[in-house]
Amino acid sequence: MTQRMTDRFAKLAEENRPAFVTYFMGGDPDYDSSLAIMKGLPAAGADIIELGMPFSDPMADGPSIQAAGLRSLKGGHNLPKCFEMVRAFREDDNETPIVVMGYYNPIYQYGPEKFLDDAKEAGIDGMIVVDLPPEMDEELCIPALAKGLNFIRLATPTTDEKRLPKVLSNTSGFVYYVSITGITGAAAPEPDQVAASVAHIKAKTDLPICVGFGVRTAEQASAIGRAADGVVVGSAIVSAIADSLDDGQASATTVSSALDIVSSIAEGVRSARD
Amino acid sequence: MSMQAPNSFKMGPDNEGQFGIFGGRFVAETLMPNILELDEAYKAAKKDPEFLSELAYLNKHYTGRPSPLYFAERLTAHLGGAKVYFKRDELNHTGSHKINNCLGQILLAKRMGKTRLIAETGAGQHGVAAATVAARFGYPCLVYMGAKDVGRQSPNVFRMKLLGAEIEAVTAGAGTLKDAMNEALRDWVTNVKDTYYLIGTAAGPHPYPELVRDFQSVIGKEAREQIQEMEGRLPDMIIASVGGGSNAIGLFHPFLDDDGVQIVGVEAGGLGLEGDQHCASLTAGRPGVLHGNRTYLLQDPEGQIEEGASISAGLDYPGIGPEHSWLKDTGRCEYVPIMDDEALDAFQVLCRTEGIIPALEPSHALAEVIKRAPQMDKDQIIIMNLCGRGDKDVHTVGAALGMEL
Repeated sequence: MTQRMTDRFAKLAEENRPAFVTYFMGGDPDYDSSLAIMKGLPAAGADIIELGMPFSDPMADGPSIQAAGLRSLKGGHNLPKCFEMVRAFREDDNETPIVVMGYYNPIYQYGPEKFLDDAKEAGIDGMIVVDLPPEMDEELCIPALAKGLNFIRLATPTTDEKRLPKVLSNTSGFVYYVSITGITGAAAPEPDQVAASVAHIKAKTDLPICVGFGVRTAEQASAIGRAADGVVVGSAIVSAIADSLDDGQASATTVSSALDIVSSIAEGVRSARD
Repeated sequence: MSMQAPNSFKMGPDNEGQFGIFGGRFVAETLMPNILELDEAYKAAKKDPEFLSELAYLNKHYTGRPSPLYFAERLTAHLGGAKVYFKRDELNHTGSHKINNCLGQILLAKRMGKTRLIAETGAGQHGVAAATVAARFGYPCLVYMGAKDVGRQSPNVFRMKLLGAEIEAVTAGAGTLKDAMNEALRDWVTNVKDTYYLIGTAAGPHPYPELVRDFQSVIGKEAREQIQEMEGRLPDMIIASVGGGSNAIGLFHPFLDDDGVQIVGVEAGGLGLEGDQHCASLTAGRPGVLHGNRTYLLQDPEGQIEEGASISAGLDYPGIGPEHSWLKDTGRCEYVPIMDDEALDAFQVLCRTEGIIPALEPSHALAEVIKRAPQMDKDQIIIMNLCGRGDKDVHTVGAALGMEL
């Protein structure tokens, strides 16, 4: 784990509350608005930031994140700008862990080694690359671990007994438990089932377990946060940004809409163990 | 890129599902158990005599295999060079080679106890073949098709509906084949337990490129026997069109270790390779990762996937099966582009010299035959895969030739 990640989970354990992990798409709808949202996230209650890297063909994402990616690409966003955002964020905040999330092809074209070096230099702590399962660890996971960056893996309801050890091997930072079989932003997870799954994974690893996919409200976040070490919210934030747009462009309320929903869900996460 | 030639070109993929650096399993974790389950099921099936005999029975009595190998006498005389033979997979039930793969996969789905089929389609040929086997085996079938393709391939949309399939018009992205494939993958991620994803080409995550190739290899196996019976020897050259590459790998694979057989794949050059109006991923793309495999892709410098464009909707895909990428890099096969207008000319030549209306996809291969045959000796032999018939394309051709239908 990077020091920032270790320190963050230690602090959360001390305060006995789950992490609130917030996902948004970098560059959506434009660089400046997106950076303003990012800079506002910690004060709005985010403990860990997941920064989306856009891809033209996001096969595991639902309509709202697909659309966000296309808006971001249309605005000229790319990996160098993603790193630039992180550097700008780190000018004021060197404590909040940042995890980038996306698909492999843009990284492969950029060059995996260069990607890892530039990510580390910019102040990124880890990455989630949706289409790199353990079978493909040589591509990016093992080089990332060698450079001291976290490679966060997704475990899903289809990850059975036999497969779980493979998924957990080489995973670092935290485990991202995908609470439903499906795409981002789809059906809501069932808290009891999630709790059982989290307990099951926890028996096999010391890593924190964060749960996401389908968590949209403070109530859901609170219910999930009772069992998990962290709650990931993405589509709800991305949808709030989309709803604030004026003809595809940022409006006066874009940044505040995103941060308002983060604040409101943060209350749910923070009250999870009350 | 060049690499040392292997002892055999027929050994791939390796245990990781890779042909050299190409192929692999680049999918979301949710799908991994399914992919592994499919791999196990296919490994067992291909060794099971009952599975193989059921497939052989259906190939013969349902599809009408073996398809004829036909000596195109008038075309050969017209071109004045090598003897041209067609492997006539356009005479198959459903009108193209796609049925070969669908029959193999529906038997796998049945074996695995899956109860629902999903498929993606571009021109609709694979969608029709998938809907056909779904009807034959009593499966519900949902076909994802780009909204743009639904508009320009309406006869096939209607055929699928007649066969009882449901069509989902995909508006995400550009509304073409790659977006239909994204949507099918999203469906599969959501319905992993009961659903079988019937991929239409020799691409996608391992084991699809391998199993689709194996089911399509019946084309090349038959052609190899037929030409030896008719000519007493192997051909000098074999040619096929490549979109995703399933008909081509089906013809090529049984010939890969025959050193004397030159192998040519023909890509859709669209309006030309200078702009973005083409689908020549092997000639003009570079290796990348999409839809579960590493292969040559049309993409921008930052790795965002670009749309292909071609007069032939069936070749409209920004990627290519990974085995073709490997065969290109090893130098075993040669891949060349053919432009829209060349394919259209070839289409008309075949109609008038042989009384065969070909699909626009094999018309691309035919255009290459028309270029090469005259350069060759009269005792040399070319086999071309005539993988689909042209009924579906008459509106497109009519529009391109400025004729009212």
